[in-house]
Amino acid sequence: MAAPLTLLLIVAVTIRAALYRSSLADLISERVEVVSPLTAWKRVVEGLALLDLGVSPYSGDVFHETPLIIYFFHFLVDYAEITFMLADVITAVALYMTVKDYNKQVFRKQKYALEADRYPLDCLELIRSPKEMYYIPLKVAMFYLLNPFTILSCVAKSTCGLNNAVIALFILSTIKGNVLLSAVFLSLATYQSIYPLTLCAAALLYLMQRQYIPVNYRRASFWWFIAQYAFMYLGSLFVIVCLSFFLLGSWDYLPSVYGFILSVPDLTPNIGLFWYFFAEMFEHFRLFFLCVFQINVFFYTIPLSIKLKEHPVFLIFMQLAVISIFKSYPTVGDIALYLAFLPVWSHLHRFLRNIFLVSCVLLACSALFPVLWHLWIYAGSANSNFYYAITLLFNVAQILLVSDYFYAFLRREHHLTYGLYLKRKDGSEATLVLK
Amino acid sequence: MGLLSDPNRRRALISLLTRLNAPICVVCYMAGVAWFMGLAFEPFTLRTYMSENAMGSTMVEERFPAGERALATGREFSAHKKKVGGMPVDWLVKTMQARGLEVFTQRFSRTLPFPDENKERYLVKGTNVYGILRAPRAPRTEALVLSAPCTPGDNNNQAVGLLLGLAQYFRNQVYWAKDIIFLVNEHDLIGMQAWLEGYHHTNTTGMDWSPLQGRGGSIQAALSLELSSDVITSLDLVLEGLNGQLPNLDLANLFYAFCQKIGVLCTIQGKLQRNDWDSVSGYSHSVQTMMLMVMKQASGRPWGDHGLFLRYHIEAATIKGINSFRQYKSDTTTIGRLLEGMYRKLNNLLERLHQSYFFYLMPSLSHFVSIGYYMPVIDYILLLICALDLWVQLATPPPRTEDGVADTEQMSSPGVLSVLTPLVISHLTGVEVAVEHFPVSETEAVVLTAIAIYTAGLALPHNTHRLLSGEGTEQGWKVLKLVAVLYLAVLLGCTALINFSLGFILALTLVPVAAFVTPHVPKILSAFILVILSPACTLLFSVFFFQELQEMPVSFIDGWMLFLSVISQGILDHSLYGSLVYPLIALLVYPCWLLFWNILFWK
Repeated sequence: MAAPLTLLLIVAVTIRAALYRSSLADLISERVEVVSPLTAWKRVVEGLALLDLGVSPYSGDVFHETPLIIYFFHFLVDYAEITFMLADVITAVALYMTVKDYNKQVFRKQKYALEADRYPLDCLELIRSPKEMYYIPLKVAMFYLLNPFTILSCVAKSTCGLNNAVIALFILSTIKGNVLLSAVFLSLATYQSIYPLTLCAAALLYLMQRQYIPVNYRRASFWWFIAQYAFMYLGSLFVIVCLSFFLLGSWDYLPSVYGFILSVPDLTPNIGLFWYFFAEMFEHFRLFFLCVFQINVFFYTIPLSIKLKEHPVFLIFMQLAVISIFKSYPTVGDIALYLAFLPVWSHLHRFLRNIFLVSCVLLACSALFPVLWHLWIYAGSANSNFYYAITLLFNVAQILLVSDYFYAFLRREHHLTYGLYLKRKDGSEATLVLK
Repeated sequence: MGLLSDPNRRRALISLLTRLNAPICVVCYMAGVAWFMGLAFEPFTLRTYMSENAMGSTMVEERFPAGERALATGREFSAHKKKVGGMPVDWLVKTMQARGLEVFTQRFSRTLPFPDENKERYLVKGTNVYGILRAPRAPRTEALVLSAPCTPGDNNNQAVGLLLGLAQYFRNQVYWAKDIIFLVNEHDLIGMQAWLEGYHHTNTTGMDWSPLQGRGGSIQAALSLELSSDVITSLDLVLEGLNGQLPNLDLANLFYAFCQKIGVLCTIQGKLQRNDWDSVSGYSHSVQTMMLMVMKQASGRPWGDHGLFLRYHIEAATIKGINSFRQYKSDTTTIGRLLEGMYRKLNNLLERLHQSYFFYLMPSLSHFVSIGYYMPVIDYILLLICALDLWVQLATPPPRTEDGVADTEQMSSPGVLSVLTPLVISHLTGVEVAVEHFPVSETEAVVLTAIAIYTAGLALPHNTHRLLSGEGTEQGWKVLKLVAVLYLAVLLGCTALINFSLGFILALTLVPVAAFVTPHVPKILSAFILVILSPACTLLFSVFFFQELQEMPVSFIDGWMLFLSVISQGILDHSLYGSLVYPLIALLVYPCWLLFWNILFWK
């Protein structure tokens, strides 16, 4: 499997290198869909310039990336293109290894369940075969590397690619069962953009499942494990935050990065839901709705982790999707990360209901973004409502996509417990209805 | 969501759509066309009205007295033009300075990619002369532009004369709150392009021009004047700009309001307005007017010198004086008063024109169809959705005993490769057509090369087929068709948003193709139909239709020559002004059509 992966990596890097050399690169790096005020390369360059002048990079209210990123690029600014390509490659390889490992576990679990005769007889067609699972890791890497969204994001040198790499490494170390690394990468991801904090529930569930610790809040071992993980997580977060402080010599970056993420002062249009809403709102409601919108991102963790207690990897997927839909400055790079997981759930295809409709809508919206932007900003004949309408549609389609996968996953689990062909009490065929 | 989440209802809906697919397609198509034809029917359209409050009531007194003197200046200009054999720069500078303007010149030069045969130019060198009348009453942050092109021959001298006359008259008025820029541009659009790029410090087309020495504020509106006779019978308003962009409807309203007030006959598309909308001839008259607008807009080229202003958010229109055999004539003083009135109204603007519509069609100057009314015409893209549903059904074979709980294993995936190959090849052909730098420099050669590559593209399916490793399967062409139909739907949707007319004309011809093509229809006949409905043939028909609408029918040979020149103009417009129609057709529409061609010859 190494050969196809290498080939894939070469193709992906070639595409990116070619695009860097073309005139499209400048155009792409200006697109609001691809870069946000947080991740724009232009702003990183500005921050670097300020840093070189001995001024705090946060003094101009342009730069909003974390101190680690700016010191990272302080050394690597000449190799930025290679860095971003490398970040994509790391993400893809990490996802590849993750999925390979995960599939092995899924298969093992399925074998045990089969041996224990835990599946109803008519469910045999739901059982996954090694043959169909063989290419899934490669497909995942392909979905990430060849996804136009990832390519755009990489060519625009959006730092979102680095965040994705960190998150992918976190997922990898979690799946491999390395508690310390998992906590470290999670804290790094949190440090980069707060929202990955919600992934800790999934990580905890997974690690506990792996170490056979029952999820039961009356048990001491449960709390002990949580305390351990929290200690490692908070400890590394503390180290990183202090490191940033010592690098920078001031706490400037806290309001400038996290305050910026949480209070959403920059209302540049993007593919998210915040900008239009907060641009239209009366000022005295702002705080209230800010809380509502931000809690929205974190809130889904609770019901999802309760429902998906047994399936932490699917929970990670759901969380990533929720974050990328509801975060304050989303870009297409965030979407690309969770889209990469879709091949992992290819066995759910038969239960998906709206996949065709949703993918058509996503496709059409992606094409309409630049068109309506052109009409609004350049031609001046359309206005922000046109653009926001498409943003809204795009997000609704994403939500439908995710909920469709959620429904399909739960339904498959249901069938695995109760049998595929459900009967009503009177013996007629029953159908499942989601109400 | 009940409809979508309840499996029983879903199944019913989907089976209904699949069963009635063909009728729904036909009905959608018919409904779209019928709706479009209905748009020209006066009771269905809205009367134009002024939305901008600052220009609301016509409380301006026009006093421009100096029509005769303007004509005299025009004659003087003409004499100097003849003497110099081009633009009399020195004379213009002197005359403008004498009228109290700040005068500047701008030189520009441009080499066309290949000779333009319509206007007989290749190496273009010229000078723009413009004078700025500084606003006495405001901080000079905004400006208005009045331009008149300096054309070779005897054309347009009166326009320059009137421009200078107005400059003199405006200079003596105290109420100007915006700078007024009087611009005489050489080589029509090329000069205009150079001037606009210089004014806005951009260089999008790689033209050489000397930087502007003087500037006014940000330009709010512009009018371009074309006047070639001392008296006129009517004024024609030209709105269509680059890429089918239109100025705010309020500009047209303003023009119409002043024509009504001053009593000048006004036309749009050269067609007078008629009052007998309920008669057949009245209706066909407004259909013709609207169709002319659609054709002009679809061509994506600027139909007057104002066309390039629109790119910079400047509302602009061209006003053409027309002298026909009608009895009733208006003299230059009247036109001067009309322009004075319009400029005084524009002078009152507090912000850019934005209140009224930007997307509209005009069946007559007093009526318009807004985007909300004409967009449903594109409903036959919906037909594609219908078609899609059919394909989904075909892609997942019928034994769906229970909502989703059925065997889907038997669906052999047709392989990405078999779909990707035609897609890539079609696009490569498109790129071939679109490459601007053909190794030839003659107009005919360029056009014929484009056509040759275009035709060569038709030979592709056989090649594509050999490239495919395996046999083209039944699944294969269905997936290809699915991709092609989706592609077409997105493409037409986006095109219709930017340039409705172009989207409409393309949809009119491509949608039937998309709907009927399968490998199982009679080959020869459908190949013929497909070629007839291909983008190039659509263009050919459009040329004839346009001539017909303008009441200047042409013979086939002339039409063919016209067709060739239209293609060369399209390429020139693209490289000179950045018009998007040619690359759109070559890079996206034509490859999309090739996909359908491919499906027809799928084996």
